[in-house]
Amino acid sequence: MTSLSNLADSNLSGSDLPDSELTKSNPHPTDHAPSHGDFRLFGLATFLVADGMTFAGFFAAYLTFRAVNPLPEGSSYELELLLPTINTLILIVSSLTFHQAGKACRANQLAKARTWLMVTGGLGVAFLASQMVEYFSLPFGLTDNLFASTFYALTGFHGLHVTLGVICIAIVTLQTRSNGRITATDHFGLEAAELYWHFVDGIWVVLYGILYLL
Amino acid sequence: MTLANPSELAQSHPGNLQPEGWLRYFSFSLDHKVIGIQYLVCGFIFYLIGGALAGVIRTELASPMADFVSRETYNEVLTLHGTVMIFLWIVPVVNGGFGNYLIPFYVGARDMAFPRLNAVAFWLIPPAGILLISSYFLAGAAAQSGWTAYPPLSLTTPAAGQVVWILSVLLLGGSSIFGGINFIATILKLRRPGLGLMQMPMYCWAMLGTSILVVLSTPVLAGTLIMLSFDIIAHTGFFNPALGGNVVVYQHLFWFYSHPAVYIMVLPAFGLVSEILPIHARKPLFGYVTMVYSIMAIVVLGLIVWAHHMFTSGTPPWMRLFFTIATSFIAVPTGIKFFNWLATLWGGKIALNSAMLFACAFIVNFVFGGITGVALAQVPFDIHVHDTYFVVGHFHYIVYGGTVFVVFASLYHWYPKFTGRLLNEDLGRLHFLLTFIGFNLCFAPQHWLGLNGMPRRVAEYDPSFTTLNQVSSVGALLMAISTIPLLINVVLTAFKGDIAGDNPWNALTPEWLTSSPPPVENWLGEAPLVTEPYGYGHTPDKEPSNPSVNQVA
Ligand code: HEM
Ligand SMILES: [Cu+2]
Repeated sequence: MTSLSNLADSNLSGSDLPDSELTKSNPHPTDHAPSHGDFRLFGLATFLVADGMTFAGFFAAYLTFRAVNPLPEGSSYELELLLPTINTLILIVSSLTFHQAGKACRANQLAKARTWLMVTGGLGVAFLASQMVEYFSLPFGLTDNLFASTFYALTGFHGLHVTLGVICIAIVTLQTRSNGRITATDHFGLEAAELYWHFVDGIWVVLYGILYLL
Repeated sequence: MTLANPSELAQSHPGNLQPEGWLRYFSFSLDHKVIGIQYLVCGFIFYLIGGALAGVIRTELASPMADFVSRETYNEVLTLHGTVMIFLWIVPVVNGGFGNYLIPFYVGARDMAFPRLNAVAFWLIPPAGILLISSYFLAGAAAQSGWTAYPPLSLTTPAAGQVVWILSVLLLGGSSIFGGINFIATILKLRRPGLGLMQMPMYCWAMLGTSILVVLSTPVLAGTLIMLSFDIIAHTGFFNPALGGNVVVYQHLFWFYSHPAVYIMVLPAFGLVSEILPIHARKPLFGYVTMVYSIMAIVVLGLIVWAHHMFTSGTPPWMRLFFTIATSFIAVPTGIKFFNWLATLWGGKIALNSAMLFACAFIVNFVFGGITGVALAQVPFDIHVHDTYFVVGHFHYIVYGGTVFVVFASLYHWYPKFTGRLLNEDLGRLHFLLTFIGFNLCFAPQHWLGLNGMPRRVAEYDPSFTTLNQVSSVGALLMAISTIPLLINVVLTAFKGDIAGDNPWNALTPEWLTSSPPPVENWLGEAPLVTEPYGYGHTPDKEPSNPSVNQVA
């Protein structure tokens, strides 16, 4: 295994540093050197493109169903707007608060960053709670009709993303504690979570427009 | 750039040489070369399984009645065959296998961008494959609805097998996406300083294009299959007409992935063949820039032609028109590549070894499959032959005659790199001859069968089709026999083949500018900068003309 970890060290190449220096400056064999933080973000961004295509597939299916498949008597595409609108606001605000957390972290104000992160996580939980309230007040269930199924599939898939995001925020929050893994100069985890969170919020805005407003 | 004497360096860094022993091939290794070999061997095992299933199909079809296996079993075998060949053999081997082995070399890196993700991507495959095949024994009945899993068929055949099938394809799709992300990051971000995009070997471009398709289209398949599994398990009605659902939406979403998927299977092969031809013809790859643009044009067009699989699914006229035109357009970039390969060979000093035989046969087979493809894109013709054996002939000419032939060419070409030993040429030529004759005998008659109306995916057929079906089955038998010299060759050579030396083909691309097999870090010294990967023929055949590699020769 020694040679394998050696190997993992050296795959930081692509940088112009000679490998020997990279090895010295990088204690975690499989972690990337700080100068390559954006490199992993690039990978995450590519993944989010893929993830976005999954949503695109769902949206395309929904719009086609809606255009060509009539619903049975007595059901309709109309939805109560109050709660989802509040939810949209919650997510938009949470994107802003996450942005504040990132800014604070880069300015080396970790305590402040932690507070903003907790606010963001709290908003995420609030979103999930209010989504649950909405689910239980809806007049239809998963298998009632095509619209109901697509509605739950889309919002449920998005809800899963929010849940995952909240978990990531919790982890990142813990990591900002003193002598944690996140510092002003090394904060890949925070940046990754932030990128992901903005993505999930962006998807929601599209979803809100297509599912509720259209 | 200078390369230190390898043996000196080996002594000063003993730990840097490859860990010996075959056990690492069964480990969660992070070395891209080990992972590449893992993909290749694992894929080849699934090729043998898929081939055995094909043997069952052709044996059944040697006579008009369903007398060898029952119709249900036939459908299971057919479904497993398609799924295994596509998702467990071709896609993993031409992408994960050769991609992992070669791409880091080509960009001058010591590994892929994300080695851990890479290992995870590989290790998703064996469980998915075992799951899929075991469904035949465990779930009572394997999926029976073909590799396309069209509803409502997939909703009415036994549910357990279909659900296992979905789960397995989801795992394989995940593996494919992880691999795609890794290739994009490696090619765009990990290039050695000084290596420009337009200086990369063509396989890098092919893998970049392929990976873009993977990342954009595979997730749509995943979402679609999740909806399908809801229909099966939770009785939602997305694709169930009885519950107000819409089967055509499934077809659109499925083909939005699966047409790009045919390019995910063939673009890497285009790349590999573009590496092999120049080396054995001792000429630069003709038309590098047009090759690059054609790949990108195929990527873009490949995303907007999917409904040519649905001309008989009640598609409205405007849609037929659009998709016919868009599909026909793909023939332009594809034709450019075809003529570039011919021009690469033209006037070359061609060494007709096994690698080259397979590579040249690829060109022949592929152009035939491409022509039937363009024919199929024309609505009036397609309505006549859709869902007949003509389509089966078409795609086997491309998937087998194209991609699998290139896989074999690549095996003969890179085996000395993997092992340090040259595969036996006599056995190689025998393998080629059997494969080429068997392949054409097997699949050419299927065009006649289709034109005369024999439907695909049936265990029984009209007795008037018997003769051609028997010819086809004989061809399949030859193809089965052809794997024997291949297997003997690969196994025997590993132990006592001729020593290849580091660079048996006098090649210029970076994977040859190191020992065979290469050390863990790929090169003992600094990664070589190869800005002219196809600089053959400037000073005919003796010294490589590329100044950056002079010390190596
Ligand atoms: C010039 C390029 C090509 C054109 C114009 C073309 C066109 C077509 C058309 C129109 C069909 C639908 C036939 C039908 O079902 O009625 C088809 C089927 C198919 N093609 Fe191609 N094709 C091309 C290249 C390829 C390539 C490169 C591959 C694979 C590597 C491929 C694999 C397939 C497969 C697997 C099917 C059958 C799918 C199924 O129904 O199970 N084709 N092709
Ligand atoms: Cu197609």
